[in-house]
Amino acid sequence: MSRSKMSDFVVDEVTEDAYIREAYGRTLVDLGRRYPELVVLDADLTVSTRTNLFGKEFPKRFFTMGVSEQDMMATAAGFALAGKIPFASTFAVFATGRAWEHIRQSIAFPNLNVKIVATHAGVTVGEDGATHQALEDIALMRVLPNMTVIVPADAVETEKVIRALVEHNGPAYVRLARAKFPTIFKESYEFEIGKARVLREGKDVSIFAVGIMVYEALEAAKILEKDGIGACVVNISTIKPIDVETVVKWAGITGAVITAEDHNVIGGLGGAVAEVLGEYCPTPIRRIGMKDRFGTSGDGLQLLEHFGLKAKNIVQAAHEILEFNSQKRSVVV
Amino acid sequence: MVQRTTDVEVLKEIARKVRIDLLNALHRAKSGHTGGSLSSVDILVTLYFSELRHNPKNPRWEDRDRFILSKGHGVPALYAVLAHAGYFPRQELMTLRRPGSRLQGHPEYDLDIGIEASTGSLGHGLSAANGIALAAKIDGKNIRVYVLLSDGELQEGATWEAITTSSYRKLDNLCAIVDRNRFQNDGAMSEIKDIEPVPDKWRAFGWEVEVLEGHDIASLISAFERAKKTKGKPFVIIANTTKGKGVSIFENKGHYHGVAPNDEEIKTALNELLKDKNPGLSLEKLTGKELRLELDKLFGASRI
Repeated sequence: MSRSKMSDFVVDEVTEDAYIREAYGRTLVDLGRRYPELVVLDADLTVSTRTNLFGKEFPKRFFTMGVSEQDMMATAAGFALAGKIPFASTFAVFATGRAWEHIRQSIAFPNLNVKIVATHAGVTVGEDGATHQALEDIALMRVLPNMTVIVPADAVETEKVIRALVEHNGPAYVRLARAKFPTIFKESYEFEIGKARVLREGKDVSIFAVGIMVYEALEAAKILEKDGIGACVVNISTIKPIDVETVVKWAGITGAVITAEDHNVIGGLGGAVAEVLGEYCPTPIRRIGMKDRFGTSGDGLQLLEHFGLKAKNIVQAAHEILEFNSQKRSVVV
Repeated sequence: MVQRTTDVEVLKEIARKVRIDLLNALHRAKSGHTGGSLSSVDILVTLYFSELRHNPKNPRWEDRDRFILSKGHGVPALYAVLAHAGYFPRQELMTLRRPGSRLQGHPEYDLDIGIEASTGSLGHGLSAANGIALAAKIDGKNIRVYVLLSDGELQEGATWEAITTSSYRKLDNLCAIVDRNRFQNDGAMSEIKDIEPVPDKWRAFGWEVEVLEGHDIASLISAFERAKKTKGKPFVIIANTTKGKGVSIFENKGHYHGVAPNDEEIKTALNELLKDKNPGLSLEKLTGKELRLELDKLFGASRI
């Protein structure tokens, strides 16, 4: 596949890695200057989530809630009831797990304008191990009516997501991670809630990815290209509401779909895409992700390798699904 | 803003009517929380007719005081109070718990009818009240925030997270009330998981505490005054109440926590509550649809 089929907002070659949570913290500070109604709450992880940057500049609009995630979520709901724009942050496992019922009852049900931005999602948390690696947070947030669910792919997109959300009225969950992510987008990248972006086109297989797996998907596409397989790579970003049109379009063109996420394949991106395909465009699918299991301690990025979440695993899945399709066709013939 | 009064006799008469209306609505709905609605009535009436600065004709008024019913299951009492205050017609009470009704089984955030927050799951309301109180502090707004908790709710860990936040943040624009009726869904709290000493616990968590008889309207009025004068810390009223207050057959009966009055019970209740006001009233021989028809006539009538 030629370069020309790459979207022009994707970097030609990755030259830097960046903490997406750092991008979150910096963006909050900038938005804090322009939105006096913006307030930030955090549950004793301010340095890790980088909300401390906002706290330094706007101490009167920054609320350390202590180790009280449920209280934090319902307090954020109170701020929203009073017309503020609250951002509530902690690790994803606590934000979505510990406080799920508070989010359901006090934020999602009354459709309040609370932004939950959680960091340290997925196995790239690393050494802290399984208790701290949220692998079900997307699923937990996706089942809540009114909730928007977004997973940025790099620091550039993270900033654009946060900027879009401050103008969006309603509850939202943003999934960030601990590890540095390769910066894959140029500044010209545009994010729109609910809009998936095609990063490169290809007619043989579609790879739908989120988070750090978007980078792996792009790498996989390069390898597949050498094998003569054209892979389309789509950054889904907004898992809910998912971009049905784009998913169906590329599933239809390629007839083979791979999803890639650092999350349980049950209920996450894989589940969301399978729901869309099953209903609108039945297509063979392979889901790359955590296969219904917990994580483990280890170096965050090496854990991607350990759990089969690398470009080579996507490549292998592409070969498998193309083989499956060819056998199916021969049976039909 | 609504006209407020400190006339205890006026408030007691409103409370009597509110009890009739909420029981009527519960009987018609055939489900709902009787005991905890009746125990809260005098607190809610005092709040809405004596204490809160609010305007039923302009429920989105920015400078209104806020009230959150953290014990959302007691909402039939709140609906009846809001109807009497003029937020919506009393007739709408008869839609309680029906599909599409604004009066859901547990309160759903809807400023048009004066519901400030969605509640019903215990352990949420005080946190939300804290958020509103904190926002008011940021904005320098002179509003007050009130929240009514159940005593069973004090078994929720999240409630104590919120109690800690209120005092740590010195929310003296916040007043909590605990409806201490000593019963929970499964029975007497003392036999399930006792929470005493309640006042000591709140005091230890940094709150100014007042214990009073929760059906004594004069005491409630003066406690709300003291709450307003308390600076630098939040104020809690531990209101000792009687579950099922106002109807002999419901009083201190754990069974009526989550059970609506049946035909016989509503008759007994109304005969007690209508005593002296409708000496000729007799519902004894009526049952089922005939009873409901008579109650609807009565409900719509101004004579209660």
